[in-house]
Amino acid sequence: MTKSTRRSRLSTVLALLILAVMLFPVYWMISTALQPHSSIASTALVPTSPSLENFRAAFETQGGSLLTSLVVSLGAVVVCLALAAPAAYGLAQFGLRGSRGIVFGTLITQMVPGIVVANALYSAYAELGLVNSYAGLILADASLGLPFAIVLLRAFMVSIPSEVIEAAMVDGANRFTAFVRIVLPMSRNALITAGLFAFLFAWADFIFALTLNTTDDVKPVTLGIYQFIGAHVSDWGAVMATSVLSAIPAAILLVVAQKYIAAGISGGSIK
Amino acid sequence: MTTTVTPERTPEPAPAPAPAGHRSSARRRRVYQWLFVAPAVLYLLAFFGFPLVRNILMSFQEYTPTTYFTGEAPFNGLDNWRAVFSNELFGDALWQTVLFTVGSLVGQFTIGLALAVFFTRRFPLSGAVRAVLLLPWLVPMVVSAVVWRRIMDEDHGVLNSFLETLGLSGGGVPWLSSPSVALLSAVLVNIWIGIPFNMVILYGGLQEIPREVHEAAALDGAGPWRTFRSVTLPMLRPVVTVVLVLGFMSTVKVLDLILALTGGGPADSTQTLGTMTYQLSFLQLDFGQGAVVGNVLILISAVFAVLYLRVNRANAGRGK
Repeated sequence: MTKSTRRSRLSTVLALLILAVMLFPVYWMISTALQPHSSIASTALVPTSPSLENFRAAFETQGGSLLTSLVVSLGAVVVCLALAAPAAYGLAQFGLRGSRGIVFGTLITQMVPGIVVANALYSAYAELGLVNSYAGLILADASLGLPFAIVLLRAFMVSIPSEVIEAAMVDGANRFTAFVRIVLPMSRNALITAGLFAFLFAWADFIFALTLNTTDDVKPVTLGIYQFIGAHVSDWGAVMATSVLSAIPAAILLVVAQKYIAAGISGGSIK
Repeated sequence: MTTTVTPERTPEPAPAPAPAGHRSSARRRRVYQWLFVAPAVLYLLAFFGFPLVRNILMSFQEYTPTTYFTGEAPFNGLDNWRAVFSNELFGDALWQTVLFTVGSLVGQFTIGLALAVFFTRRFPLSGAVRAVLLLPWLVPMVVSAVVWRRIMDEDHGVLNSFLETLGLSGGGVPWLSSPSVALLSAVLVNIWIGIPFNMVILYGGLQEIPREVHEAAALDGAGPWRTFRSVTLPMLRPVVTVVLVLGFMSTVKVLDLILALTGGGPADSTQTLGTMTYQLSFLQLDFGQGAVVGNVLILISAVFAVLYLRVNRANAGRGK
């Protein structure tokens, strides 16, 4: 074994060690979820007789919340992309006066704390009858992904050569049909990235779920888990099973869309 | 993967001015073009602009549950501001926000940078491990907080039994139940959450430093540490600033984590400006006072936003 292969094997071992330490909480969550009747006192390090009992309980008590989260998050993705895609295109390609100001504005939004938005939205929602409504939560959650989506999509669309669009317009398409037929298909990957993040942001939302709902009519799973632990927790197994279920979108994203994520995190947050 | 700030591409030069007769059609085209951008702008104004303005107004209003029956929120001058500033909790929350933010940033950044440097080595599984390491950042914060709450339980948490096995601590450490330790615990959990973000962006920044630079440094006889300090770090500086400012802006307003981990307790030891805003507005239902604390929070973020934008502009100016 040469020195360099030994060194690279050592690196791999070290990397796996780092991974084990960093992901221990995730392991612990899954392990606890797999141990039925895990009392407050005892949780075995390795589940000796794993069972899906807790997941059944989780579905029974939190199934509705999971569905609510899904509906709200998908709704937020639709709102987010429907607003961001045309805007990003306009900002990237039209050379409109004031474009810079708008891009600047999307950066500014990053400094507005969610709780401040909730503070003002709650009173406005109360007047508009949007408290405890799906529409209200979807609209609010879309705000978590929108600035990100605009910045990300714009950065991509700047690189679309305007000749391509002009060629389509020579063939009789107007700006809008050119956008739908040419720009959107070309931007597919960027749209997927933006959509995935919009989904994840909405799925992870807790502040709006907590503040814009006064009843249990619209209760996403993050709020469900929070209420679960608010009372004296006697069934950690079920809490952890729900947690595992609510972490699934993130896990899927890591597997399916891995290559988009790193690009998304750095691209969207900095550009 | 690009991590440096892209230069603002100068907008395409506006098309040559239309002949006089076509002026109205040019204007119509402009209006048509604005229709693409307008919905998003209106939305941003409604969900970010409006809250900013409304919070400033609310901080001068008596905004209580009565308001929702009567619809009236009379202006009360500086009453809310006075009430908040004379509230003992405010000073504590401010100080704890500083500790939480600075502690989190230092931890996240140092470990994130160390991991980023480590992963620039070439070895099998490097990419896969890096990808999976992102999980803590992608999982909803409330979920992470709940899991850590279980792990850090004083009597039955795995963290304490682990420390005991190692013989590092005699009795259970009251991670979340002692006022003197709880804030540190919250910082530790938040460091865990923030490491992936720091790692990814710093890794990207490191990738953009040309290899030749390091080779040149090695030829000049610089050791790894010297190279890192005198070559890598200076070249990484723009990325470092961006990471720290973005990290600051997201950490200073953390709310989910603290609510689910400690609920601000014990004895208000983990209250921050974020949780205080929530408590004033949504638990004590004094939206006016909640708005005051919210405004302070925004003011603090604004200072750093200015810094961020200046850095951004400086980078753009260098064409980098």
